[in-house]
Amino acid sequence: MDALLLQILNGLDKGSAYALIALGLTLIFGTLGVVNFAHGALFMIGAFVAVTLQRVLSLSFETIDPTQKDFLGNPLKVKTPYVESWFGPETGGLIIDWAVPLAILFAIPIMIAVGFIMERGLIKYFYKRPHADQILVTFGLAIVLQEVVKYFYGANPIQTPAPDALNGVANVGAAFGMDIVYPVWRIVYFFFSVIIIAAIFSFLRFTTFGMVVRAGMADRETVGLLGINIDRRFTIMFGVASAVAGLAGVMYTPINPPNYHMGMDFLVLSFVVVVVGGMGSLPGAVLAGFLLGILESFASTTWATTTLPGINQIIIYLVAIAVLLTRPRGLMGLKGVMED
Amino acid sequence: MDKSNLSRRGVLKSGALTSAGLALPTIFTAQSAAAFTNDPTGSTVTLGFNVPQTGPYADEGADELRAYQLAVEHINGGGDGGMMNTFSSKALKGSGILGKEVKYVTGDTQTKSDAARASAKSMIEKDGAVMITGGSSSGVAIAVQGLCQEAGVIFMAGLTHSNDTTGKDKKANGFRHFFNAYMSGAALAPVLKSLYGDNRRAYHLTADYTWGWTQEESIKAATEALGWETVNTVKTPLAATDFSSYIAPVLNSGADVLVLNHYGGNMVNSLTNAVQFGLREKQVNGKNFEIVVPLYSRLMAKGAGENVKGIHGSTNWHWSLQDEGSQAFVRSFGTKYGFPPSQAAHTVYCQTLLYADAVERAGSFNPCAVAEALEGFEFDGLGNGKTLYRADDHQCFKDVLVVRGKENPTSEFDLLEVVEVTPAAQVTYDVDHPMFAGGALGSCNPGA
Amino acid sequence: MFGLDKRDTGVLIIVALLALFAPIILNPFPTDSAMAQFNAGYPDLMQKFVIFGIFAIGFNILFGLTGYLSFGHAAFLGIGSYSCVWMFKLLGYNVIPGIFLSILISGLFALLIGFVSLRRSGIYFSILTLAFAQMCFALAYSVLSNPRFNLTNGETGLQVYANDPQWFHRDGLPDLPHLFGLSMRATQKIQVGAWEFQFNAGYYLCALIMLVCFYLAIRIFRSPFGMMLRAVKSNQQRMNYTGLNSRPYTLAAFVISGMYAGLAGGLLSAVDPLAGAERMQWTASGEVVLMTILGGAGTLIGPVLGAGFIKYFENIFSKINDNVLHSWFAFLPDGMEDFMVFIIHPFIGKGWHLTLGILFMLVVIYLPGGLVEGGQRIQGWFRKRGTKTEAKAGKTEPAE
Repeated sequence: MDALLLQILNGLDKGSAYALIALGLTLIFGTLGVVNFAHGALFMIGAFVAVTLQRVLSLSFETIDPTQKDFLGNPLKVKTPYVESWFGPETGGLIIDWAVPLAILFAIPIMIAVGFIMERGLIKYFYKRPHADQILVTFGLAIVLQEVVKYFYGANPIQTPAPDALNGVANVGAAFGMDIVYPVWRIVYFFFSVIIIAAIFSFLRFTTFGMVVRAGMADRETVGLLGINIDRRFTIMFGVASAVAGLAGVMYTPINPPNYHMGMDFLVLSFVVVVVGGMGSLPGAVLAGFLLGILESFASTTWATTTLPGINQIIIYLVAIAVLLTRPRGLMGLKGVMED
Repeated sequence: MDKSNLSRRGVLKSGALTSAGLALPTIFTAQSAAAFTNDPTGSTVTLGFNVPQTGPYADEGADELRAYQLAVEHINGGGDGGMMNTFSSKALKGSGILGKEVKYVTGDTQTKSDAARASAKSMIEKDGAVMITGGSSSGVAIAVQGLCQEAGVIFMAGLTHSNDTTGKDKKANGFRHFFNAYMSGAALAPVLKSLYGDNRRAYHLTADYTWGWTQEESIKAATEALGWETVNTVKTPLAATDFSSYIAPVLNSGADVLVLNHYGGNMVNSLTNAVQFGLREKQVNGKNFEIVVPLYSRLMAKGAGENVKGIHGSTNWHWSLQDEGSQAFVRSFGTKYGFPPSQAAHTVYCQTLLYADAVERAGSFNPCAVAEALEGFEFDGLGNGKTLYRADDHQCFKDVLVVRGKENPTSEFDLLEVVEVTPAAQVTYDVDHPMFAGGALGSCNPGA
Repeated sequence: MFGLDKRDTGVLIIVALLALFAPIILNPFPTDSAMAQFNAGYPDLMQKFVIFGIFAIGFNILFGLTGYLSFGHAAFLGIGSYSCVWMFKLLGYNVIPGIFLSILISGLFALLIGFVSLRRSGIYFSILTLAFAQMCFALAYSVLSNPRFNLTNGETGLQVYANDPQWFHRDGLPDLPHLFGLSMRATQKIQVGAWEFQFNAGYYLCALIMLVCFYLAIRIFRSPFGMMLRAVKSNQQRMNYTGLNSRPYTLAAFVISGMYAGLAGGLLSAVDPLAGAERMQWTASGEVVLMTILGGAGTLIGPVLGAGFIKYFENIFSKINDNVLHSWFAFLPDGMEDFMVFIIHPFIGKGWHLTLGILFMLVVIYLPGGLVEGGQRIQGWFRKRGTKTEAKAGKTEPAE
């Protein structure tokens, strides 16, 4: 029982990253009708905002410590971060320690700006082009973005730990008399994603802006005819979608150290999630994200892999095939979307 | 940075060849003028450095390339000579190889067998490389080794840890300096025993492909010989990035040691996840839970950051070694690039030197002569103590390092500390050891 | 000629001539000059050009004509490669059975996968094919290479071992893939002045097969069947309303393009007898999509151009290192030289992905019709300037 709950929890945790990325992807698709292969790159850029902030905060000056030697036998240069010398080692250390949560503040404006630039500078010209062209140009963009990151940060993963306070494990089952130990940061990630998803849904549901966007998704032309500048709103939604992907990336850094190709690793998967959920359907993306997370988690159990060797490698694709054959437009897809 | 003028050779050649041109009408037979593939005829000799420049191992590839450049510089008589001064064989004089200046071409393996073979072929077919070296994974090493055997050039393997490289896929033209999974197991086992006792229950997470399996097999055999029990072995997909669903079941499995048979990005993530789940602080059966990473590399340890602290593994070489050879290498590498070399850099530097030395001793670039010079070659002074290139499988036998993630690193490079240097005798195995059985070395192929 | 109209015959002849003289055309720079870096006329790369050309031609039959964007074609390439190597292992190194089996097996797989995937269209079809291909890759990489049942040899790649049966292997035959004794690796090097040209048996076999494939593709493009496929692309619904069932046509196109892919895979093994699972990864499927679109989807010659373009980049640009750069700019004063190297450095060697990404974007943005459109524009530009040379200019114009 404990083990089962642990796997479900793990699935929800995995699923929250899938759901967040897929949400942004499907949002862009639903509003602008663009298949964005650079969405994984946005996730990656978000993660590197956190890395950059961590690096900036730990910018150091060097003092020479003659008692210690470096690898060449010269006196060791000891690095002290500026932040620590300004605020004292205690506070300074704390600031560096909290770099990842702090990065959220920076990631929101940066990612919205990145989204704006991408949409206005490139994607805008591809609305009327075939999906294949959109795929190609955004794929090219994704390669360029990840290569630029690689140029500056190298190919190795970069450790960006969570704050010490959130680093341990918690027994989430203790209240129910069960023993379910789970990392605190992963629980934080899950709740963070639930909050973001809820925020996006309420934004679209309860604000006038959101209402117009939803109307635009349903019938862009009519909304345009009513004298509403729907394009501008869609641009803003692109910024929002890239911010969601970026935040997902920032918060993901302590879970797995980011590297330049993490976006590509998620790209195929997030497309599968979106399609299983139904292109353009926001609840579908979220549902499919969590669903596939849980299924993946169960498929990795020893029981599953011994019964069907290799099932953990192909479960996602098997599910995608099964869903698409039984429900032509994914779980919650709309008719006529992306079927040409 | 004025490089020597390439056209000098061209002038010579074009003069000689206009007369010889079109003189070989035997269409569709291999060129029969030379006795072996890419016999260097001019005043230079070209080596092919085939390393991952894109993809997840690009940083390792970059470090390998630095070491290659350093080795070429030293062989050509530049720099401070590095390990050439400490190398027990004194055949190399700093005047190139057999008096020919060493040139090199580089290629990108992308850590894919196909791409690696393509770039190796282009070096052989287009650039006239007489030796190919490099690589950062066993799949690539075995693929390129096979190619070099067919094409008739020498292959000096870079990073490849799988037993198969000098086991079932061994080739007469291929040579491996790096250690292997069996050696990791043999070196780690005694250390693990003295640290954790002989009554342990191990849980293996293994990357689901050839290298992972051979490593799991080796470590399992070595630890079970100590009296450890293997609770479970779970295969993880190579493409996995999040290992939480594999780590979570470990918590309640009753195991008290977790063995991570992962490398590269897999290792960084699985170790990070394992530490996230509190395994390092966990108590099971009244014992501290322990994590073991059988194959360590410093570059990867850097990716795992704090998480490596106190975790044991094995490695081919580490810059903190105090012997003369290692010191000389660290000094010349560090002076040139500003940071210490990785084990990948060390191994490819040694391989280049060993090749050059073998050619010099053999007096010929002919792969068969070079192979003969390398077979059974005993040397010292390249950082791993006394080393033997065994003739039967072209595997180097040398000391293996057991290392531990350092608790209080003084710099960003100071991540591992050497716990024990396991002597070569302890990691030596028979040629027909079952883990290495099934292949045949064949005979050397000079090509052409 | 061969049932082609005049223009298609012209295209075919031009392609044939290009293929025949490729070893010379692709080696424009003397062997020892600094520019020799850009020579592509060595056997491996020429083989890759034509083999991936076949792959792209086949993909274009599906994508260019019907508009169905498959993201899983690499699976057929991989299956073809594996089948061919299995023939080497069982029968011997003659390439003929291997090539036939690779076409057959990949055709069967294409039938199966196509039958299921074609029940959906648009991106749903793409994802279905992607899912199938990724499953093939994952299984081939790990599960199907387990010691008890080793079908693919996993990470290392399937290859021939000395203890394989090779029933029809006799002494005297080359120990490498061969065509009735003619080794695929046999290369005749001919030196002309400062130039060296390499004529390779494997390349000419592949080139010959590529010409046959190209010819078949032209016939398909011009046939009523091809018209039917175009109808699927322009408006499948209307086609269905007129009482035509489009499924058999699209399935046929899918199987044909799968067989082309399998043939390409078989040839890859035929010139280099090692089949790795990475050939089936989604990035490999993506590569053929890129080749086709980059060259010009729906055109005859476009996919071949695209394939050449990408393979050229992969193999030539990745090999330029700082050393080579320095030798190029050696004529400049030292400061300038280092500056130029510094500027170019991020785009070559380990940065070749970056250059490729930028070029993709540029081509897609400015040449929606791919390289073929670029060619047409240049042609149109010349036509405007050089008044009356129209008769000649029509020749290389693509099908659409």
